[in-house]
Parts: sequence; structure tokens; C-alpha cells
Amino acid sequence: MNMENNIVIHTDKLTKKFGDFTAVDHISFDVAQGEIFGFLGANGAGKTTAMRMLCGLSKPTSGKGTVAGFDVYTQSEDIKKNIGYMSQKFSLYEDLKVWENIRLFGGIYGMNDKQIAEGTDRMLESLDFTQERDTLVKALPLGWKQKLAFSLAIFHHPKIVFLDEPTGGVDPATRRKFWELIYDAAEDGITVFVTTHYMDEAEYCNRVSIMVDGRIDALDSPSNLKKQYCADSMDEVFTKLARKAQRTGD
Amino acid sequence: MLKYLLEKEFKQFIRNPILPRLVFFMPVLMLLVMPWAADMTTKNVNLVVVDQDHTTYSNRLVEKATSSDYFIMAGNAGSYEEAMQQIEIGDADVILEIPHNFERDLKKSGISEVLISANTVNGTKGSLGSGYLSQITADFARELAAESGRTATVDIRTPQLDVIPNIRYNPTMDYKKFMVPAFMVMLATLICGFLPALNIVMEKEAGTIEQINVTPIPKTTFILAKLIPFWIMGLIVISLSLVIAWLVYGIVPAGSLLSVYVGFAIYVVALSGFGIVISNYSSTMQQAMFVMFFFMIIFILMSGLFTPVSSMPDWAQKLTLLNPLRYFIQIMRSIFFKASTIANLWTDYIALVAFALFSNIWAVVSYRKSS
Repeated sequence: MNMENNIVIHTDKLTKKFGDFTAVDHISFDVAQGEIFGFLGANGAGKTTAMRMLCGLSKPTSGKGTVAGFDVYTQSEDIKKNIGYMSQKFSLYEDLKVWENIRLFGGIYGMNDKQIAEGTDRMLESLDFTQERDTLVKALPLGWKQKLAFSLAIFHHPKIVFLDEPTGGVDPATRRKFWELIYDAAEDGITVFVTTHYMDEAEYCNRVSIMVDGRIDALDSPSNLKKQYCADSMDEVFTKLARKAQRTGD
Repeated sequence: MLKYLLEKEFKQFIRNPILPRLVFFMPVLMLLVMPWAADMTTKNVNLVVVDQDHTTYSNRLVEKATSSDYFIMAGNAGSYEEAMQQIEIGDADVILEIPHNFERDLKKSGISEVLISANTVNGTKGSLGSGYLSQITADFARELAAESGRTATVDIRTPQLDVIPNIRYNPTMDYKKFMVPAFMVMLATLICGFLPALNIVMEKEAGTIEQINVTPIPKTTFILAKLIPFWIMGLIVISLSLVIAWLVYGIVPAGSLLSVYVGFAIYVVALSGFGIVISNYSSTMQQAMFVMFFFMIIFILMSGLFTPVSSMPDWAQKLTLLNPLRYFIQIMRSIFFKASTIANLWTDYIALVAFALFSNIWAVVSYRKSS
């Protein structure tokens, strides 16, 4: 992987303050194309705020940041054309059917009826959802919803997909399947930027950053981090780092 | 892109367990029940005088009328036609015509007559206005009688004035006729004010707005997709209530249906935009609901719907100029009773267009895709 040429996310001292409170404190990192980048941190460490800045949902207070080559301050709408996003709060339309949600978001990203129809068939088939096509989303079990939301987030073939605790509240078997989907997406060249609380999931990432009190305290591949912190698992690495935290989680 | 968003809005609306029924039953109930349940009193009736006599007696009668609380002197007119023009442009409510030889006839035979014409587009105001004026005239006649008894020089026995009421535009002075168009306006106000106010905030509470904000969807497109469904809904509600008004009360607009619809089309856009503005600033449905309720009450009470704007104190009358509802009620009543056209009412239409532009530009600006 050529890190120099294929940087899709670049931040330099990116900061977000809410009044006196510094939610994200001078974070700097690069993410290369096709990478699965794990963004770890305790509750309240600033993960979601950092991700929202990168997605153009929140304007940074200071620092620099580019996503897919576009500036986070001035070109947030261009960024939005190139990313997919799935938030921890499940956010498909519950009162729309499965195919209607797909059609809506396909349409929003500029796909035409034909592309949407073909894409819908392909997606439902690969998810084994074909028989749920006409089911209202609110009637689906959580794990299914999450898989559907992820598939929708990459439906328009974005360069980067941002996942904010995508597997929260989902059983281990479904989580495994979910990560299979993530790997498939990464193989297609989609960069995956994922926050998670599950340390076993951190092991699946190419590189992991760990946020403590708004700062990035560690950033490397899981194996290097384990070596560096003399730990057997990511869980141990995380505990060692998170113990230093001053902030209390939510 | 707009197409997909509109599809979404309509599907969501149809699947909502309450809203489609509400939009149907609200017009029905409101128009069947409400017109029977309201009443009011009137002051500050604008009086225009056509004095063709110009004598002491005619001056006294005019002075007597205008010195009461009920009337405001809106002006003198040279002829009845000229006075009617003042009524037509809305400057006057009641005409008092004092014929030539008024004083001479009174002195000579003790009998004369005056003509009172009332504009009953606002039925209560017109009928009460002409009623007051009749009383004042009768009072005047008694005064003259008393005076003549005392001085006994003028040859007046019991002066007798015939009042010939000539009620214009709403000849039966039917209060319902006067209120039904107003209730149509109120319906459109409630439906197209509250529903948009709750709509975006509903998406905020569900979390779906975030998913929308992270897409490259232009703000204007998103707001349009919210606006158009309410616009269509508003026009359906109006059609429904026009049918009810016709079937139940036999009320049809005296003016053209087209000008009714044009008015509604603009008004609904103006109000929906305002609702969306409130939705944009609210973070919970409770907030949105409460704020909208506050504005609704002000809009409705200061619109001339229940109490004539002209009966309000001066400062309040000026405030009503900021109320889109005021213009629209004016438009509706004029079309329904006076067969006014868009050309007659162009200033009111322009005011509504201005409100529509203002509220919708504000709606787009206040909708933020990032914080």
C-alpha cells in the first residue's frame, strides 16, 4: 500500500471546541485508500465529534482537514458526494419499506431509476434479504437493520465510508457477518473509517487510533500497538490507555 | 433528486396513522360546527357622508353620528357613487346620504328621509353600523321634536325620518356566510402551519435528519421537498372545504374560483415556509408545537377573523400589517362577497407573495446541514 500517494483523509491539528470544552484536541493523522481504519476511544473521548467534522456535519474550530481531497471547512458538500455514513443511532426511515429506503438514498446520490433497481436487486440478493424487500424497516431485527444501513451507506460507491459504532447492540454472530461486509467493501477499494467499542473488532482493522480526552494517544497497526504496550490483546492496550483519561464517559 | 424525496414524503404521510385522517376530518368538522358558534361587537365603523343639503340640520346629524364611539368619519363624498367607491376600496363601511332639501322638508312637513347603506362583507360590522346609525337618526328626530316644542316657532310636528337600509354584498346579513370563508382560511392556517412545523423536527428526533445532512443534497431541494406536499395538501383541504361550503351552506365565492385558489396557493406556501423555519430552530416536537401555537394565536386573533381589525387600537392595527393571515382573510372575504378580482386586491396578493418569499428564503437559510 502506497501511503504517500493515496491519502484519502488527512488531518493536521484538527480541533473542535464547544465553549470552554475541547471535544477534539489537535488530532493529526492520515488514512490511506482501501484501509480499514479503527477509531477507538472511551465514551466521551471525542470520536463521534471528530467523525462528524470529517463528514462535513460539524465545522472544526481550528486545524486542517481534507477528506477525499476536499477541505472540511469550505468544501463539505463535495466531501458529502464522496462519502457514505452510518451513525450509531440507526437512521434509515423506519416507516419506509426496505426497497423504498434504498430508492430514496440512491436517488439522493444522483442514481437513476434503472441503476437503483439493478443495485437494489444485487444488494438484497447479496444480503439474502430478497424476501424482505417490501418489509417496513421498523419491522426488521436490529442486526438486519444495521447490515442494511451499511449496504446503503456504500450503495453509491463512495470513496470512504464512515461508520459510527455500527455494531452497537448487535449479537456476536451478526457482528462477524457485519465485518465480512466491511472487508468486502475494503476489497472494492472503499476506505473504511470505523469507531467501535469492541476490542475484538479493533483487531480486524489495518490500523487503529486510540483517543483519550480528545487527543489521539496511540496510532498504529494492532500488532505494533500490542508490542509497544506489552499487551496480549487490544483490550489490554485500550485499558492501559483509557485508564489515563480525566473525562468521565457518558 | 426532488422526485425521490417527494415520493418519500408522500409515503410517510400516507402511512402515518393520524395525519391523513386529520387532514380529511378537520375541514369537515370545522366547517360543520364552527360557523354556528361565534359572535362579536363592533366599534369604529367607518362612515362616509354624502351631504347634499349642507344645512344646519344635516351638519347636526353628521356631528351627532361622528361624535359617538361607533363611527369614524371616513370622509365626505359628493355623490352616492363616489361614496360607493370608498366602500369598494375598503375605506368605508357605512354610507349616510342626506338628500337635498333635508332641512326644508323637515321644517316644512316634518318628514324627510336619509339613506343608510352598509357594507356587510363583514356582516356584523355592517349590520351593527347601520343599526347604530338608525338609532342616532331617530334620536336626532326626537331632539328636533323637543326643540320645536320648546321654541314653537318652527313648524315641525313630529319629525319622522324614514330609514331605508340598503345592505350591500351580503343582503341577508348571514353571519355564517361571513364566517365560512374565514374558517377555510383558519383550516389552511392550522394544517399548513402545524404540520410543517413538526415535520423537520420529527426527523431530528428520529435521527434521520443526520443521514440526510451527510448527503450532498442541496438545502433548497430538501426544503422544496418538504414544502410541496404541504402545498398539495393545503389545496386538497381547500377544495374539500369549498365543496362543504357549497353543499351545506350554499356558499360559493361571488368572485372567480381561480382567484380563490391563487390566493390559497400563495398563502399556503407562505405559512408552510414559516412552519419549516420554526421546525429548523426547534430541537424537539414540544418546542416546535409550543412556539407554533404562540404564533398561531397571535395570527388568528390579530387577523380580523373574529374581531374587525378596524376596532383595534391604532398600534395593534399597525401590528396586523405583519400578519399574513390578515391579508388573506381580506382577500377571501372580498372575493366571496364582493366578487373582487386579483386586480382589485393586488396589494394584498403582493403582501402575501412577499411573506411567502421571506419565510421560504428564511427556511432555506435557517436549515443547517452542519453545526
